[in-house]
Amino acid sequence: MLSSGALAWARANLFSSIGSTFVTVGCVALAAYLLPQLVAWATTRANWSGTDGAVCRQHQDGACWAFVIAKWDYLRFGSYPLAERWRVDAVEAIGALLIVWLLWTNAPRRTWGALLFFVAYPILALVLLRGSSLLGLPIVDTLLWGGIFVSLLTAVVGIVFSLPLGVLLALGRRSSLPVVRAASVAFIEFVRGVPFITILFMANNLLPLFVPEAWAPDRLLRPLAGIIIFSAAYMAEEVRGGLQSLTRGQYEAAVALGLNYPRMMALVILPQALTLVIPGIVNNFIGLFMDTTLISVVGVTDFLEAMNNAIKDPVWAGPTIMVTGYVFAGIFYFVFCYGMARYSAHVERILAKGRK
Amino acid sequence: MSGSSAGVDPGDAAAIRFSNVHKWYGSFHVLRNINLTVERGERIVVCGPSGSGKSTLIRCINRLEEHQRGSIVVDGVELTDNIKRIDEVRREVGMVFQSFNLFPHLTILENCTLAPVWVRKMPKRDAEELATKLLARVKILDQAHKYPGQLSGGQQQRAAIARALCMTPKIMLFDEPTSSLDPEMVKEVLDTVTALAQEGMTMIVVTHEMGFARQVADRVVFMDIGEIVEVNAPIPFFDHPQHERTKLFLSQILR
Repeated sequence: MLSSGALAWARANLFSSIGSTFVTVGCVALAAYLLPQLVAWATTRANWSGTDGAVCRQHQDGACWAFVIAKWDYLRFGSYPLAERWRVDAVEAIGALLIVWLLWTNAPRRTWGALLFFVAYPILALVLLRGSSLLGLPIVDTLLWGGIFVSLLTAVVGIVFSLPLGVLLALGRRSSLPVVRAASVAFIEFVRGVPFITILFMANNLLPLFVPEAWAPDRLLRPLAGIIIFSAAYMAEEVRGGLQSLTRGQYEAAVALGLNYPRMMALVILPQALTLVIPGIVNNFIGLFMDTTLISVVGVTDFLEAMNNAIKDPVWAGPTIMVTGYVFAGIFYFVFCYGMARYSAHVERILAKGRK
Repeated sequence: MSGSSAGVDPGDAAAIRFSNVHKWYGSFHVLRNINLTVERGERIVVCGPSGSGKSTLIRCINRLEEHQRGSIVVDGVELTDNIKRIDEVRREVGMVFQSFNLFPHLTILENCTLAPVWVRKMPKRDAEELATKLLARVKILDQAHKYPGQLSGGQQQRAAIARALCMTPKIMLFDEPTSSLDPEMVKEVLDTVTALAQEGMTMIVVTHEMGFARQVADRVVFMDIGEIVEVNAPIPFFDHPQHERTKLFLSQILR
């Protein structure tokens, strides 16, 4: 029964005509030729151990995972002082725990999770990562921060701030107050019209000019501000699309019940508008996560930059190092982005339940 | 802009008072010199050809539309640009729309408790108790935990009525409540509105259901091209219309 179903499916979808039969056979043959080689390159023929590039230079037909393993600590922490790296571990572990709490749709007391994540956690993370003489934690300058934790930090800060800012901009763009509307439109159109790298350079070089020297924002904070501003503009347009797709009746029903503007937005309009544009929002999140690799142009050592540095290490010089390093980086970014995409699909399914 | 500047006049006995109200959409004159006083407990049916301004008229009462000239006083509060005053009025005036406008992301019960909890600051449990009572009254208590999209049109409209009633309004506005319903569902909604009328609620109903008007209304208001043409008690209104336009309209609608 099952096999006949599968056969029927294959006939209908893969062998429906001579042309499609050729395409199917061709693709299968190509996959059969390439995939085993790729798998063998990454596993059986790969070099897993070694303290320098010697083994990998000898066996050039496999990935050099020994390199990634040896550089793993650098890839994670950058130049963060060895003795203080437990602080990064702690921030990452607590962050992961809170994010799971928040994202797990059936988790108990999610409002507590949200409160901890959005209020307590940033303070804790700042104190731990940066240090505090009060608590006897040595100050670690952001100059030394680097690697995966900086990439994750940038992505999380970008996501957490750009969505609310984007919502405000979208509401501003539809406001009946002319000044608010004009300011929102100007901001959105300006930021959308400028490449991200330009925004980064501007944030890096212009921001310090506008404020007194003592307040000059930290060198990591500047690109963070840049990424938030950039992402918020795109988010705003996404959210505006959601706002426009609601009927006027929803607004009218809300005000007719006596809800004032903030309540109408928070309780009636935004929950619906944001649900409608989840795919677009997540698309922006994914874009933002990948754009974090660009902050290296203003001198921040993100994960990809750390990988670049590691690849240049003469101890590990060899023909397979670069390929291995970038394949690993690719897998890293893919895992996170694909995870976000799957999660958003999951949320959409939950929200679709019962509504229709 | 308006006649009186006092704003609040609790001494005003009338529920709603329109005085010389005009409204334009751009250059289009939708409401022309409207004068109408609705007493407390009175039931008014507004009818007229489409485009005659009847929906606009009742939408001015809770300021979904702004009027440009004249004054509208609702429950002793004059409607001006003062947002606080408008919100006060909206709390006391319930509205039922032609297209229901339930909130699709909330269950029927949540639709009903939203405003009492957030606007009236009622404890959630009390609001749910009230909503349960009112949903039972409109006979859809068994649907309380469903989403609007899972209900029939008639059930949705009754839920919308319950939602408006949960604010314990002093005045209810119905904007063609049965116009987008399938014929077999019109009766269940009209029965609900009729029951409400019999309890002495002040209400203004825009409708084409003339049988309902005859049965429920204290007065029928006939509008055409933005004017109130004729106001009368239902029996004389239907049996001896005074104006040619009323006669024409009735002959078309009561064929």
